[in-house]
Amino acid sequence: MTTTVNTNALGDAETTPKDDPLEIAGGATAKYVDQRLGSNRFLGRNLGKVFPDHWSFMLGEIALYSFIVVLLTGTFLTLFYKPSMVEVMYDGAYVPLKGVMMSEAYASTLDISFEVRGGLLIRQMHHWAALIFVAAIAVHMFRVFFTGAFRKPREFNWIVGVTLTALALGAGFTGYSLPDDLLSGTGLQIIRGILQSIPLVGTWAAFLVFGGEFPGTDIISRLYAAHILLIPGIILALITVHLMMVWTQKHTQFPGPGRTNDNVVGYPLLPVYMAKAGGFFFVVFGIIALIGGLVTVNPIWIFGPYTPDQVSAGTQPDWYIGWLDGALRLMPNIETVLFGFTISWNVLVPSVIIPGILFTGLALYPFLEAWATGDKREHNLLDRPRNAPVRTGIGVMAIVFYGILWIGGGNDIVATTFNMSINSISWALRVLLIVGPPIAFIITKRICLGLQRKDRDKLLHGYESGRVLRLPHGEFIEVHQPLNYKELAVIQGKEDIAVLPAPEKADADGVKNKLYPIHNLQHKLSSFFLRDNVDKPSKAEIEAGQAHAAHTAELEAPLHDYEDLDQDPVGHGGVLHHPGMAMTNQEQIDQRH
Amino acid sequence: MALPQGAHTHIDIWQHLDKEGSTTVKFLSARRRNPLVALFLLVAALGMTGVGYSVISNAKPAEAAMGSQTQVEDGKKLYLEGCSSCHGLDAQGTMNGPTLLGVGAASVHFQVATGRMPLAAPGAQAVAKDPIYDVEQIAAMSAYIASLAPGPAIPTAEDLSYEGADQAKGGELFRINCAQCHQAAGQGGALTQGKYAPSLMEATPQEIYEAMVTGPQSMPVFSNETLPIEQKQEITAYIMGLQEAPSPGGLSLGRLGPVVEGLFMWVAVFAALIAAAVWIGIKAR
Repeated sequence: MTTTVNTNALGDAETTPKDDPLEIAGGATAKYVDQRLGSNRFLGRNLGKVFPDHWSFMLGEIALYSFIVVLLTGTFLTLFYKPSMVEVMYDGAYVPLKGVMMSEAYASTLDISFEVRGGLLIRQMHHWAALIFVAAIAVHMFRVFFTGAFRKPREFNWIVGVTLTALALGAGFTGYSLPDDLLSGTGLQIIRGILQSIPLVGTWAAFLVFGGEFPGTDIISRLYAAHILLIPGIILALITVHLMMVWTQKHTQFPGPGRTNDNVVGYPLLPVYMAKAGGFFFVVFGIIALIGGLVTVNPIWIFGPYTPDQVSAGTQPDWYIGWLDGALRLMPNIETVLFGFTISWNVLVPSVIIPGILFTGLALYPFLEAWATGDKREHNLLDRPRNAPVRTGIGVMAIVFYGILWIGGGNDIVATTFNMSINSISWALRVLLIVGPPIAFIITKRICLGLQRKDRDKLLHGYESGRVLRLPHGEFIEVHQPLNYKELAVIQGKEDIAVLPAPEKADADGVKNKLYPIHNLQHKLSSFFLRDNVDKPSKAEIEAGQAHAAHTAELEAPLHDYEDLDQDPVGHGGVLHHPGMAMTNQEQIDQRH
Repeated sequence: MALPQGAHTHIDIWQHLDKEGSTTVKFLSARRRNPLVALFLLVAALGMTGVGYSVISNAKPAEAAMGSQTQVEDGKKLYLEGCSSCHGLDAQGTMNGPTLLGVGAASVHFQVATGRMPLAAPGAQAVAKDPIYDVEQIAAMSAYIASLAPGPAIPTAEDLSYEGADQAKGGELFRINCAQCHQAAGQGGALTQGKYAPSLMEATPQEIYEAMVTGPQSMPVFSNETLPIEQKQEITAYIMGLQEAPSPGGLSLGRLGPVVEGLFMWVAVFAALIAAAVWIGIKAR
């Protein structure tokens, strides 16, 4: 670019192309394409788009990149996998199954593992990438939740994200079932049990899904259609929507110097984020390829083919379904018979009602919080998690709830690994499931409020340097230092929202407020959300506090003068003192000025 | 008392037969109060029980397994020293331990050679550890217990030979009979109240055979009538195959299934990915 300007200034236009052949080639290509697509304007506008920078903004990228790996490896697997439940006799390379009757689906998965070149590597990459995909979605969702990025105007994108999460679970589970091995077949049998537990329609729903009695001959091909076409198709479409919304609404940013609710401070897409995102794709791909080659995942040949009369100890689903299995394992055995129909609460509650409540609550959370706090403003600046203690507490509560259920899903593995009784573990987890989340909420909220107080303290007094200073007249002080401009901006970015005022039962003219109960609830919720927040000090207070910190820091400075002197200090009123020097630090400072 | 529909018909048939004058029924009913009948029935019942017991208990009082008289004497000494406090002076059992009459030499060998007996401490179940007695001592104790009452004998080398046995058939038998407790890969699994099915990765063919015929702890007995010796050999071949099998997919993660895979993914892989994200994030500053 710069060379172009210089040569033009010299009037020597012909040297330019020779200087930079890459640039002419690029220019020519852009011109060629632009003449046909008119793309230059679009690219010019968008390639320079600015994105804010933070490592946590790349968690969603992990999900995107692992999904790309899943698509690529999955396409390879479809070339060899046969979605058929026709019984065949295995005659492949794996001796311990030679001559065993099995479905064609299982046999073809064995062939992919043992006979297709690179098949096992690709199969393991596919499975690991799928596990990472769901994990990345979860962690990305944590980031969005804890920083309040779901707030207006981004509520719809949050719902798209929740839908993507549910679809990812569906994609994972259908894929897990396709090999038709003993492990996944047992999982399918549980799914059938869950379907059957739905009141009234359960039995019909199970027959509909499986095309008759379990396991039937249809389910694998049906799962296959869902796994390779329907679910990934919808996921791709929704990812596009998800990213387009980020593009048009612009990315949120953390508070910091120069960052406001109305701007985006960061780097342009080209070249910075092209390089970063492209590089990160290869990092993700590389890590998946590495563990795909080095670490076994789902060794179906060990489990054997599925037959409904067999089940293995230690049967569990993949991690992201593990919490549902845990819920099923922890639920006490309760059933009621109503008008001759059995309602299996022991299956219905853990596998239909609890996930139903969790996913609905997740999807509606942005609206619930906005209503509860009465906050209708647009938010492009993120909250630091500490500045929304109740929200952070709710998030940690959900994670603890989920975590306990997940441990419950592996209660047998925990029992054998740590030599404990599975009954004691299950009872402990049942109690923890009720008691643990509220405790987690309280602890988290307290930690957040403590951090808020710490922030307030930093604004009013500067940060504690950890250096204790003895003044010449004997007083001890801890030296505080002023915050640097960056930290000051980050802490000052906290927004204080007022609690909604308590509603009146009737207005001044004595007209009754019909919505009083609703407004009162809203007032109470908003108070619950906000009342404990530590208010940010006023601007003047902050300035005074920082100036004071600068002053005490300055007090310390003259001490260093002593160290440079070659004189022996003498005792003077109990204080080491150099002859001819000032008596107090203040005098020293005055001498210097 | 309201009898079900079927019961009425049943009685009707008998009444009908009586009217017809069935000779057998008349013969029996006429003599059933004869004083000799009681004696006859007693002898018949005893005989049936004896024959039935000998069939069920799979009694093989094989002379070879009985051992010599000195071996039995040695075994008795060891027994009185090490075992009698729980199992009783005559192996009749006490409050603290079951009777050993009829458990057989195989059971003694399995329990002592795997270190499960003598019990280290009372608990949900006996834990395998390094054996306390040497091979000769175990043989002597087995001979002593076998001399008290017949029971499953220690398997011969021929019983244990699994050479040429069909691993694939063994695998199917394993999945039907064993996997629900020992896990499909033989890694063991949890049972109720702290009990567990142990991992089979260290088990020898003799221990596998003895466990099947004696049913130690929570394990059911798979006698040679329910599971013929050839099938036991096939299962042994399969388990030995599992023990020796390489892991074609790389690190095996203990073959414990998706819980461990999930843990590995979060702790190792996802941590690496986040580290990479942080690294890329920091570089931009």
